[in-house]
Amino acid sequence: MPESQSLAPQRPIHPWPLRLMHWLNVVAIVMMIGSGLQIYDASPLFDFTFPPLVTIGGWLGAAIAWHLAFIWLLMANGLAYLIWGSLSGHFQRKFFPLSPRTVLKEIWAALRFRLPHHKGVYNSVQRLLYLGVIFAGITVVVSGLGIWKPVQLWFFTDLCGGYFVARYVHFFAMAAIAAFIAIHVLLVILVPKSLPPMITGGKMLDPRP
Amino acid sequence: MKNLDLKRRNLLFRAMALGLATALPACDYEDPSNPDLADRFLHMMSAFNDRVQQALFNPRTLAPVFSPDQITRPPRFNAFYDISQAPVVDPASYRLELGGQILQRKPWTLAALRTLPQESQITRLVCVEGWRVIGQWAGVRLSDFLRRIGADTTCKYVSFKCADGYYSSIDMGSALHPQTILALDFLGAPLTPAFGAPVRLRIPTKLGFKNPKSIMQISVGNVYMGGYWEDLGYNWFSGS
Repeated sequence: MPESQSLAPQRPIHPWPLRLMHWLNVVAIVMMIGSGLQIYDASPLFDFTFPPLVTIGGWLGAAIAWHLAFIWLLMANGLAYLIWGSLSGHFQRKFFPLSPRTVLKEIWAALRFRLPHHKGVYNSVQRLLYLGVIFAGITVVVSGLGIWKPVQLWFFTDLCGGYFVARYVHFFAMAAIAAFIAIHVLLVILVPKSLPPMITGGKMLDPRP
Repeated sequence: MKNLDLKRRNLLFRAMALGLATALPACDYEDPSNPDLADRFLHMMSAFNDRVQQALFNPRTLAPVFSPDQITRPPRFNAFYDISQAPVVDPASYRLELGGQILQRKPWTLAALRTLPQESQITRLVCVEGWRVIGQWAGVRLSDFLRRIGADTTCKYVSFKCADGYYSSIDMGSALHPQTILALDFLGAPLTPAFGAPVRLRIPTKLGFKNPKSIMQISVGNVYMGGYWEDLGYNWFSGS
């Protein structure tokens, strides 16, 4: 490695704890949504059910077993992410500052293909989406706990508007996460160079505070 | 470099696809007597979830109660068979059999059960499928009954056998909960066969399938007896 490079202030685009949590989250989310859709099919909230292609478990009993097995990975990983993100300064660095004005400005710029991409730096729309999906993740867990234990954990159920409403809250929070994943994966397909850093860490040559 | 990334990505996708294709079809939990690796993992996690629920269970936390106008009408029938298949038990010759760690195992008639203090509740029954109904049930508090018959309440389990071949078992803590009753009446009248005549368990701190109907035998003990759905893979504790 050239000396000048090793002396320059460098840090990975994605530090290793983030990469680890990201891929653990992929496993947890796939298992939770797949088994969740199978559970949905047992008592659909709307006029549609999900085909076996996207469900996990094959029947309700197995789906619940998968759902309540992987919830621990999802919650432990999510909690680790929230704690690590707060203490390491990751949230502060990546998601803030954030103002409605810059969001609107950058949406307008993006629509004219004039929003520059800085490796490792999120634009305001990305910041908003990442904060949004964190909120959806918290909502999906809180409503899920409210559905799982409407007697013992009644405060979560009440927070979601009661058992009946909590099922809808749970569904729409899941749908929001699924929509985020769709956009997220689409962007990775459009900008393939953004994928390797999530595996190797990558190098940020122009670190900005 | 670009080529390498592409290869790496391909490899990752292929590994993921392979993982999904090989693991998921086996994840049906369908043959409990021949558990595969996935089944064993699920059993382990389900046992862990039993312990978590046991720890979460607070004997003083009551299930929410509702007003008469919130009762679901008409009531919803649910069983693992059609309503026409519901077992018909002759109330006159009915005897509730008792077994296990119980001092007075003399079978009980319906008339004798009705002489005990009756408890009425309007509570919500939440099905494992996700739907819920609100109903009014009345009967004998299980905790009163267990003490009356001299059951050893330090035992771990209370188990039930039903007229339709259904069976289930619950933890002693939940059995002694004040809202756990041996229901004799539903919506102000004696239970009908479809809703569990002559005696059913009503336990609003657990999911619907933990409320066995047409109970013929109750036993108390430390041997795990499982249950109809539990043995097929549903979580045993299934607390609410």
